[in-house]
Parts: sequence; C-alpha cells; structure tokens
Amino acid sequence: MRTIKEKLKKNEVLVSDGAWGTFIHQKGLGSDECPESWNLTHPDDIYDVALSYVKAGSDMILTNSFGASPFKLAPYGLSDKTYEINKAASGISRRAARNDVIVLGSVGPTGKLLMMGDVTEKELFDGFSEQIKGLTVGGCDAVLIETMSDMDEARIAIRAAKSVTQKEVMCTFTFTLTPAGEYRTMMGASPAESVQMLLEEGVDVLGANCGNGTAGMIEIVRQIREVNREIPVLVHANAGMPELKDGESVFPETPSEMSSQIRDLILAGANIVGGCCGTTPGHIASIVKVVKG
Amino acid sequence: MQKEELIQHLSVCVEKGKADRATPTPPEMKDKEGAKEITRKLLEMDTPPEEILNQGLIPGMKRIGDLYGQGKAFVPHLLLAARAMNEAITLLKPYFEAGTVERKGTFIIGTVQGDLHDIGKNLVKAIVEGSGWEVVDLGTDVNTEGFLKALEEHPNAAVGLSALITTTMVNMEEIVKKIKEKYPEKKVLIGGAPVTQDYCDKIGADFFSLYPQEAAEYLNSLI
Repeated sequence: MRTIKEKLKKNEVLVSDGAWGTFIHQKGLGSDECPESWNLTHPDDIYDVALSYVKAGSDMILTNSFGASPFKLAPYGLSDKTYEINKAASGISRRAARNDVIVLGSVGPTGKLLMMGDVTEKELFDGFSEQIKGLTVGGCDAVLIETMSDMDEARIAIRAAKSVTQKEVMCTFTFTLTPAGEYRTMMGASPAESVQMLLEEGVDVLGANCGNGTAGMIEIVRQIREVNREIPVLVHANAGMPELKDGESVFPETPSEMSSQIRDLILAGANIVGGCCGTTPGHIASIVKVVKG
Repeated sequence: MQKEELIQHLSVCVEKGKADRATPTPPEMKDKEGAKEITRKLLEMDTPPEEILNQGLIPGMKRIGDLYGQGKAFVPHLLLAARAMNEAITLLKPYFEAGTVERKGTFIIGTVQGDLHDIGKNLVKAIVEGSGWEVVDLGTDVNTEGFLKALEEHPNAAVGLSALITTTMVNMEEIVKKIKEKYPEKKVLIGGAPVTQDYCDKIGADFFSLYPQEAAEYLNSLI
C-alpha cells in the first residue's frame, strides 16, 4: 500500500500537483458545464491533465472531483451520479499515476451552510460518504478534504471519510489575510483553531490551500507549527495573487518566481508542497527541481 | 422599556444576530426577546415603521457590516444579522407595500451566468437591504437577459453582479456592456473574490469593493 507517511519517511519533502480547473477550461470546458462531468464524457482530457503532473515530477496527484459532492452536482442534475463520477475521477488519476505516484481523492466544500439550515449534518455526512466511497473504490490512496472554511463542515467530511475508508485522510483550510492583519477562513477560523480541531479528529496530514501566494503561506505554516511540530503539513499555494492582464484575471508568478520561495516554505515547516490556482505543470517541475535538487 | 430604548435594543439584536427568542446565540441574550418580538412590540406601540427601519435595523446592520469590513466579524456573523433583520423586515412588509414607508431605492442583484456561488451575493444583499434598500434577488447563474428583464420591471434600480471564479468573472463584461447599451446612466456594481478595481474600470462598471458595507454606502451616495 502507498501511504504518505511511509513516503515521507524516505523523503523529507514531497511534491504534489498544480491547478486542474483552468487546465480543463483550456481543453474546452464551457463556463456553464460541470467540470466533474468530464470524468464520464471526456476521460482522455482529464487523463491528460493528470498525466502532465506525473510527467512534471509530482509525487502525488489529485482527482477531478473537487465539486463532485451531490450538493454541487445537483444544479447540473447529476447528484444521482455522485458515486460514478467520483469513481471515474479516481480511476483516471490512478491510471496516470501508475504504481509510483500517490493519488489523493479531492473533496471540496459543498457551498451549503450548516448554520443557516441549508443542509442538516446528516445530509452532509451522507453526501460526503457517497463521494468518498466512489473515490476510494476508484483507486485513490488517500482522501484530501480541501479548501474548507467551516470547521463543522470539515469535521463532518473527515468523519464521513473515516466511516467509509481506512485510507489516510488529509484536510486543508483556506485562509486569507483580514483587514485586521490576521489569517482567517471566510467563516472566521484561525490556523491555530483549525489545527486543534484537525488533530482532535485524527487527520494524517493537514495544511492550507488557495487564497494566498507562497509568501502568505509561509506565515500560515509558521502559525500551524506553533501549535504542532510533528504532523505532516501540505501547502497548495496560488501562483501569487490574481492580477488583470488583457481583460483576464491571471495569477502572476512564473514557475521560477514561485519555486524560489519554496525553500522558505519548507523551512517554515511544510512537508508536502504543490500549487493551487494559476499553477501549471511548469510550476510543479520547477518546484521539483528545488526540492529534489 | 421605553420606545427609544426598545429601538436601541432592536439594533443590538440585529447586530448580534438575535432573530427571535428561540435563537440560542449570543449566549448573553439566551431566552430573551429577539428582533421579531421587539419589532412586534414596537408596532403595537404605534411606533412609525420608518423609525424602526432607520433607527433600529439600519444602524444594527451598519455596525456588523463595518466590523466585517475591519476583519473583526466574519460570514456567520453577517448571515445571522441578516436573519435577525429579515424577521423584522417581514413584519414591516405590509407598510412597505402600502407605501407608508419609503425605501431608498431598488437594487437588483445576481450571480452571473455559469456561476452557482451565492454566499457573497447573499452578504451584499443583506447589507444593502439592511441599509434601507429594496433588494430584488435574481439568484445564481443569471444571464444578460435575466438582468435586462429585471431592469424592465424595475427601471429605477441599480444593479449588482457577483462572481466567485476567474472563468465566470469574464461573463460580467458582456452583461455590463448590454446593460449600459440600453441604459447608459444605469449604475452597475460588481464584486467577488477574483474581481479587482482594474477589472471594474476595464469593463466599464461603476463600482467595486471588497466589502459589502462600501457597496451600501456607494448606493446611498447616489440618492
């Protein structure tokens, strides 16, 4: 069995993958289309994305299932295909990863707010369970619950994962810098509070993704490390903060600009580094060079 | 409690998201009256609905909106405040409809085509409504025709567009263009995580901010 803990024993730092969404749009996904439906309708295009990160040198790649909870699939009339879409997502990444590269089953937030009564805890739990069942049967090695803001939703997703699989469970939150100069999720949780909860829930890896370039992530990792020094920390930073170029919002950091900050990120305490919005196989290849010399 | 005191208390209920007696938070207000009960009481005392709106609801929403803009309150606080405000608004609705209370104007809001995210849109909706405007919520995934149709029904309204993703934000350009072609004087506000002032300038929208309270202040400045 491929486990991250085992891999981390052999290597001090592992490299994950980069953005998927923008990549799939480049392949022709319309802005009205459900990205995860492509696991069923355009598996070869999704395979290309996965393979490009394997070729860039990633030690682990994600799956095209970020928005494949029944709640996110519902507006497209696809919620009854949750299991199938997630199984396909995992299968595609598994095929690209072969035996050497770890596959992380991606699980994003539902966009539903528990506190407003949009959904019940049980509905959330059942929805996440269905999604994660599909992912694990499809062949992922671990589950990555990512881009979380709400501690309660994240907790339910973790418990759902643990109820359907023995595989490693990882969870990352998205923090942004508030006008008061503190890092917080949209729902108000600090890095320290999220770490405390994630440790209580017994995740295998925790960390942060999106919302920041590498510079912001360095500070977030420091805050995480003030709470706990042992647990593996994963960081998926954006390629800087978005800027407008020729009418489109772009993430400005080039592969070398991004990878030049990776050493500081590792020094701050990150064990697994990869990219989020705006990052490409080029960014990952550049990070691989820094990490593996 | 005297009327003035009650109105003051109503504004605190809105700010703290104490919708009604059953609302469990904040802990120090547990089992006490919330926005619903106090508004009802004020109406029974023949308080002018305008006073309830202007001195109770609006200051309460403004305080929480300002705290949000300062990074001292977060999404849950705003949503709870909005819920408390809505309890009061529901009781005031007959007076709005009868024309007894004038609102500042009408604001049409929607998340643009291709985008199904509504949390940001709902925050702006709550703050603008809480600032004394009538808000027409078109929901998510709204195309150009959807906005134009709403403008036909509410010709004096200002318009707000929301988007969370870089790939759907680009749909704002077309919508703003079409609105301005038909209604050159119409004010269009845009917002959402990927949106910037540069983008706002480029597509010819009138206002952008990271904070909902500033949208409300901009709208108020138009009156």
